[in-house]
Amino acid sequence: MFSPRLRGGVHPPGHKELSNASPIRRFPMAERLYLPLQQHLGAPATPIVKVGERVRKGQLVASSQGTVSAPVHAPTSGVVRALAEHTAPHPSGLPVLAITLEPDGREEWDPSLAPVSDPLALPPEELCLRIGSAGIVGLGGATFPAAVKLGSSLKRGVDTLILNGGECEPYLTCDDRLMREEPGNIIRGALLMQHAVQARRVIVGIEDNKPQALAAIRKAAEGQGVEVRSVPSRYPMGSQKQLVQLLTGIELPAMSRAADSGVLMHNVATARAVYQALCQGRPLISRVVTLSGQALTHQGNWEVPLGTPASYLINYASGFDCAPARLIMGGPMMGIQLPDLNVPVIKGTSGILALTRKEINTDEPGPCVRCAGCVRACPMGLQPLEMAANIRNGDFEKARSLGLDDCVGCGACSYICPASLPLVHLFNYAKGELASRQREARKMEKTRALAQRREERLVRQAREREELMAARRAAAARKAAGEESPS
Amino acid sequence: MLVSILPLAGLGTLLGFLLGVASRVLYVERSNVAREIEELLPGTQCGQCGSPSCGAAAEAAAAGELPPAFCPPGGRAVAEAVAGKLGLPLDLASLVDEQPRLAEINEDICIGCTRCYKVCPTDAIAGAAKQMHVVFADACTACGKCEEVCPTGCIRLVPVTETLQSWAWNQPSL
Amino acid sequence: MNQPIHGPHAHSSAQLGALMLQVMLALAPATLYSFWLYGWPAFNLWLLCLVLALFWEALFLALFHKPVGAHLKDGSATVTAWIMALCLPPWAPWWLAVVGTFLAIAIIKQIFGGLGQNVFNPAMAARVMLLIAFPVEMTTWIAPEAVAISPPDITSGLAITFQGLSALPDGYSGATLLDAVKNQSAQGDPVSATLSHLDYRPTDAIIGLRGGSLGESTSALLLLGGLYLLWRRVITWQAPLGLLLGAAVPAAGLSLAAPESYPGGVFHLLAGGLMLAAFFIVTDPVTAPITARGRFVFGLGCGLLTWLIRTFGNYPEGVAFAVMLMNSTVPLIDRYIKPRIYGRTRKGDPLPITEGRTS
Ligand code: SF4
Ligand code: SF4
Repeated sequence: MFSPRLRGGVHPPGHKELSNASPIRRFPMAERLYLPLQQHLGAPATPIVKVGERVRKGQLVASSQGTVSAPVHAPTSGVVRALAEHTAPHPSGLPVLAITLEPDGREEWDPSLAPVSDPLALPPEELCLRIGSAGIVGLGGATFPAAVKLGSSLKRGVDTLILNGGECEPYLTCDDRLMREEPGNIIRGALLMQHAVQARRVIVGIEDNKPQALAAIRKAAEGQGVEVRSVPSRYPMGSQKQLVQLLTGIELPAMSRAADSGVLMHNVATARAVYQALCQGRPLISRVVTLSGQALTHQGNWEVPLGTPASYLINYASGFDCAPARLIMGGPMMGIQLPDLNVPVIKGTSGILALTRKEINTDEPGPCVRCAGCVRACPMGLQPLEMAANIRNGDFEKARSLGLDDCVGCGACSYICPASLPLVHLFNYAKGELASRQREARKMEKTRALAQRREERLVRQAREREELMAARRAAAARKAAGEESPS
Repeated sequence: MLVSILPLAGLGTLLGFLLGVASRVLYVERSNVAREIEELLPGTQCGQCGSPSCGAAAEAAAAGELPPAFCPPGGRAVAEAVAGKLGLPLDLASLVDEQPRLAEINEDICIGCTRCYKVCPTDAIAGAAKQMHVVFADACTACGKCEEVCPTGCIRLVPVTETLQSWAWNQPSL
Repeated sequence: MNQPIHGPHAHSSAQLGALMLQVMLALAPATLYSFWLYGWPAFNLWLLCLVLALFWEALFLALFHKPVGAHLKDGSATVTAWIMALCLPPWAPWWLAVVGTFLAIAIIKQIFGGLGQNVFNPAMAARVMLLIAFPVEMTTWIAPEAVAISPPDITSGLAITFQGLSALPDGYSGATLLDAVKNQSAQGDPVSATLSHLDYRPTDAIIGLRGGSLGESTSALLLLGGLYLLWRRVITWQAPLGLLLGAAVPAAGLSLAAPESYPGGVFHLLAGGLMLAAFFIVTDPVTAPITARGRFVFGLGCGLLTWLIRTFGNYPEGVAFAVMLMNSTVPLIDRYIKPRIYGRTRKGDPLPITEGRTS
């Protein structure tokens, strides 16, 4: 079959062998769990528990707020110890409001949680609602609330549901292991999502460097009407635009959502979470995390309760072989540097990596030699070197006209650059800068309007006062005249 | 000889004529520039630039007496627009990126005198006499006028705290 | 907290220095072979170029307050000097190396802003300047046969390098093939007669039995080096192919039409500096367009211009001129040949939304 040729991409060494032979193990409870109220894109959740309150496992502790948001559930039973700021799993390392939970070790489930006996019999809208109230977000790392995406896709009407088993980031093997160990649950979750959005077909795309996962999913998908396809391993194959194009031939138009073209993509781990929420009555309270990197003693995959601090995870599961040069949450390409090890595992944490200097393999940035490696690597057909040059000159608008808004931030260009230029960093800096300018301009607009309104009001008030005075004077004059005339 | 002189002379005349025409047609009136600059300014007459009003400041900038980045509340957006209008290079260094600030009222010592409320150029302070006043964050331009008039010193400009939403990547050092 | 480090947190191993090392490796066989062909003076010249280039580079980096060590390490000056050496006549005097490397490194490269900023290929531009300024020294070629008969030893080699043409023993100089063909055609001799008179066989050009600059002697080894670079993905195939096609196709065509006046495609491909240019000069990233298609066009232009200059111009060899001319069109090529952005039309508008119903 003719498959559409994909552009760009790079082949970073996978390092999957470090952790892909290690089965998923249940991680024990930490002494404290920190549950940030913002673990997803959109508005933070609102806490509904009080300090000192006893909660059960799976109990709702913070409810979603606004249209794009997701609730948070207690990963285990215990006592709420604090509602305070904690280092956010975010490159800035700024604090975020978090619920501190002290587990009591009893693992008592919230009795109100019950599986649905036949979820496929529920109306699609109801399914979306339940997925939303289970706190499920995109587990591939984007952490967009799943229910919002499903709901809008249902309204829009999508044709194809794509399950992303690409896992193109090096090191990460959590999806790989999940596909090998729970293929049935993933496929069932996919069918539930298919029902929720009323899609005509389901395609699972898996990179060909995961033959066992491919075989397991193939087997589980047999007779289910789910198509399973192997896709070439190349970074960023797991990016939505690239995978959709490879599997369906559709090139998603710029500035549109995938649903507009009749496609919806979800991660395999999200499918499993959907299955667990509907068929086991288990909201999203834990996830599979890959622990890897050559600075660690033991690499592996763990099913970790959300809120477990990274330090606890590393200390219990591995320990350091040597001092890590960098600690990363997520994959090495798009993941973030951890501000410190107190950061908790959240819904979007696919991995915790401790890399050595050799693995990072970068140098001081030098001048661009126009080698065009970045142009060849860019999956979006951009010219990173030109955009970077304009950004360095402070010409953000020019960079935008060259396609800055189309950059998906995959990092392929920075990866390949022989001059070690921080290209994506420049792009994200420019994006932030443009956004803040827009905010400033809007504020200026508003200020101007407000100042004008005030100016007008002052003038009006002065005039009114003037008129009042005049009227009074006139009245006084009349009065004086009146008093005079009769006499 | 004549053959070479005449065309050159002709060319010179023609070009001179064209230049003359261009200087007429493309003439930009000074006062126009000032008015255009004034339109770019916030118009709050806050006086932070040292000029009595935005109009006066615009005149001064057009006359080259003020640098393009003269307007603190306008920030970089205005500075760039003004520099573009005047065709001047923008000295970004002169624009020390001040952290955004907001007026904040200390509720304990506010006596509700309404002075701040009266001077605020953007009506960002609400409150009536003898009552606690509040500041609307999105309307406040941090011009500092309220700070000046407050008799109890309860109103101060404080830096806006950075949040996950407002945080952005810095410029990479290259 | 200090500023966090932005991803990606993994980088490819292809750092600039490593790439330049590959290029040097690819140049090595042809260079060694030409040392063998031309003896000590050639080696002296090569060494001189390398040392001088590094000297100029360091000097100008220091003048412009740039980190000297880091930039010297990247190897770009070394490669430029190496290619420069390959473009000079093998027994060129020392001062040609001094002036040549100064022009290439100081004028063409550093004055334009250093690595990555130069518009013209340093080696080619320097060669053009030298050719115009010192036509005699730049066209005094050495016949390899003569060297083979009595190779100069180290001392006479040094004498040749440092005393210039006056020290050149009689009977060594010879014309390049392109010179011969050009001169004879100008006198009205048919090409075939000239070639047979010179006892021309294409294999001679391949194994370097014809006079020329160092890098013109051994097409086969240069080709080998080029293929190595292609295999290691240091260079891409578009520009070399464009150049070879651009020169060979019109040459073959015209030669078919008038075989007695114009030599054919194979002759042009193997003669002069075409192979060197194809794999080591038009592939210079700094002075080539950035898109694949742009590079092909660039190569094609270089090839075509080379052939035009060789055939109709005043100079027997036109590679350097052609490359310089095409260098100046690079901004234009980059402006008009751009990749299409994913999800957008060539004009940059978003693609129309099509409800996907493909199977
Ligand atoms: S990869 Fe780096 S050096 Fe090469 S063109 Fe792009 S920015 Fe320049
Ligand atoms: S980060 Fe942006 S510019 Fe760089 S390769 Fe990815 S999409 Fe292209």
